[in-house]
Amino acid sequence: MTSSQLLGFTTFAYLASAALYLVVFVFRAPRIGPLATLVTAAAWLINTAGIGLRWQESHQMGIGYAPLSNMYESLVFFAWSIAIFYLGLEWRYKNRVLGAFAMPFAFLSMAYASFSTQFGKEIKPLVPALQSNWLIAHVITCFVGYAAFAVACGFGIMYLLRARNEEKGGGTAGGLMATLPELKVIDDLTHKTIIFGFLWLSAGIITGAIWANSAWGTYWSWDPKETWSLITWFMYAATLHARFTRGWAGKRIAWLAIIGFLAVIFTYYGVNFLLSGLHSYGRG
Amino acid sequence: MSKEDNAVWRFFASVKLALFVLFILAATSIIGTLIPQNNPPDFYFQEFGPSLTRLFMILDLHRMYNSWWFLMLLMLFSMNLIICTLDRLPNVWRMVVVDNLATTPERLEKMEQRARFAASDTPAATAGALHGVLAASGWKAKQAERPEGLLLFAQKAAWSRLGVYAVHLSILIIFAGAIIGALFGFKAGVLIPEGATVAEVYEYGTNRPIPLGFELRCNRFEIEYYANGMPKEYRSELTVTDQQRNKTFTRSIEVNDPLDHRGITFYQSSYEPTNEFLIEIENPAAKEKKLFRIPAGQQISWPDTDISFGIINMMEGERGGDTRFKIWFSDGKGEPAVFWMPDSVSATIPRDDQEYAFSLKQIYATGLQVAKDPGVWVVYIGCGLMLIGLYVAFFLSHQRIWVYIRPEGSTSRVLLCGTSNKNRIGFERNFAGIAEKIRQNPSITETEVAS
Ligand code: HEM
Repeated sequence: MTSSQLLGFTTFAYLASAALYLVVFVFRAPRIGPLATLVTAAAWLINTAGIGLRWQESHQMGIGYAPLSNMYESLVFFAWSIAIFYLGLEWRYKNRVLGAFAMPFAFLSMAYASFSTQFGKEIKPLVPALQSNWLIAHVITCFVGYAAFAVACGFGIMYLLRARNEEKGGGTAGGLMATLPELKVIDDLTHKTIIFGFLWLSAGIITGAIWANSAWGTYWSWDPKETWSLITWFMYAATLHARFTRGWAGKRIAWLAIIGFLAVIFTYYGVNFLLSGLHSYGRG
Repeated sequence: MSKEDNAVWRFFASVKLALFVLFILAATSIIGTLIPQNNPPDFYFQEFGPSLTRLFMILDLHRMYNSWWFLMLLMLFSMNLIICTLDRLPNVWRMVVVDNLATTPERLEKMEQRARFAASDTPAATAGALHGVLAASGWKAKQAERPEGLLLFAQKAAWSRLGVYAVHLSILIIFAGAIIGALFGFKAGVLIPEGATVAEVYEYGTNRPIPLGFELRCNRFEIEYYANGMPKEYRSELTVTDQQRNKTFTRSIEVNDPLDHRGITFYQSSYEPTNEFLIEIENPAAKEKKLFRIPAGQQISWPDTDISFGIINMMEGERGGDTRFKIWFSDGKGEPAVFWMPDSVSATIPRDDQEYAFSLKQIYATGLQVAKDPGVWVVYIGCGLMLIGLYVAFFLSHQRIWVYIRPEGSTSRVLLCGTSNKNRIGFERNFAGIAEKIRQNPSITETEVAS
């Protein structure tokens, strides 16, 4: 068994997980809910084992490093964070319909990691600048935050779907959308998820700054990656303030959760492949 | 004029302005990620043409994060933050220190969470029992006599209301740190060949020499490679000689592990091969050995011998360490030897009657980034405060509970009520737990559940 086999399985396990949750939602089949949870938990364990094995393999190659150092590895970790964050939410809120809006992101991240030809997947030794514990802290904090923002985006979509349905007279009475949590509940979940993500993104920007300072002597150099993470941070800060000081809620917050996540994707993907900067290690 | 109706104050204290500034900061920051920053004017001329270049120069878009208008935006942001905070802090502070035992019965009757009980004891005895119930749930209550009975009050994390302000203050602290760095620090670079010593470094952008106040020598520079040829580590061994402080020490630096002396930090950032070489030639038969430091492309003679040699060519390999050098060597007898050898090894040169040992090492210059930033600790303190403040603001809440006990004949009536500034659901759960414990007390019965 190699880590790439395990991570290959992970992709399909997340596909199964996302599909099962979608079935629970679309066909109103709560009976298969426990199976969806089981598959998700198993997928997450395989994902964990894959990361662990990759770590071990790098040690066997004599270049041991935490597998969080290139585009491929960060996508794998992104999927891992989404899955564990979602499982936590499901456990806390006892609601499986949420999975239909969260787990597809974990699948997409793994699928992109597995099938893209834009970057290499092999275990490669780290160039000197990347050999830092602050980098590990930086990647973990950023991606936990990104995972929360992905899930918040899913909730934003969920909110808009249900809101549109109610406006069209679907009402709260029956219909597919009636299996979704009430608007008020989705709104609250979106907000809480953004708050969680914001705390981790702040920590991610800070650990990144400390890393940059230890490697180059400047904690902030306005390179495009840094700048885009700050732009994302500003956007979520504005979203939070709009909510707790001006009472924004509902559709506006749902849209902001979606737009905020687009900024996250640009920070992550767009900067590596459309712009250039210090973080060009993503080009594998 | 009071600050409430001062239009300027109101403008700066408004959260609408904050939303606007956050949005504008986010939007304008994008510009600098699309237009490459800090290049010479020629670069923009070639990439973007004359008219766009003119626009860039007028609006400083080629160095926008230092431009007057961007700094103005950051100023506006800070003013907004300061005034907004000053505007609200007094009220929040009052909420933190207010004497909650002075809360009026009317207010108590209107709290979000309420439960009523009848107790078979006097107020004093009932209060004693309820202190115990609260303490068992982790609430330490204070007590006061009121005209109509007894009031108990307990609270948790009153100070958590200040979390928001810690976050806002942390942003200002980070700005202050950045300003200190910009005013009293510098960013510079220096290239030191192995064996050379420098006493000054050169500021980025201006190339202005900055005296260090001490001397820095590069003893050695080396690159370590992985098996696949990728560089694993760049390392320079440096010696600091500080005459003012009577101090000399030697230390190796690597990427991510800089050297700090007197607030000036030296980072391993680049390297360059120089055109100089260390050559050692040994003639074992004659027990003679000599070290030369020579440039490539010249014929060098070992004085008082017939030996002369030179490096006549070099060929770069796949990777940095693979460069090979073509050596020419003559001991005055017969044809000169001509051969290729790699860096940093020793070769033997067999001649008619004896063998020579010939070793070669190319001299490198280490490229150091040099930074002095006395503001960096201020920035880090701001960052730490921000994380603590965010945690407090998001996850802690100020929860308050009152118990109002009034006599009714020889028995008492009890009003339990409370409120929380955040996390309603969590507080409801806490409150219900306390009400349940009170209900379990044999001398108390519930009379009515409110809300
Ligand atoms: C990007 C920078 C900023 C960050 C990270 C930030 C962070 C926060 C946080 C974490 C809260 C607490 C939210 C809660 O209670 O759950 C908050 C509240 C608030 N912020 Fe900011 N803030 C920023 C900029 C600003 C600015 C520029 C203003 C200027 C007006 C402002 C005004 C407020 C106000 C009025 C509150 C509500 C305070 C209260 O509840 O009494 N913030 N901010």
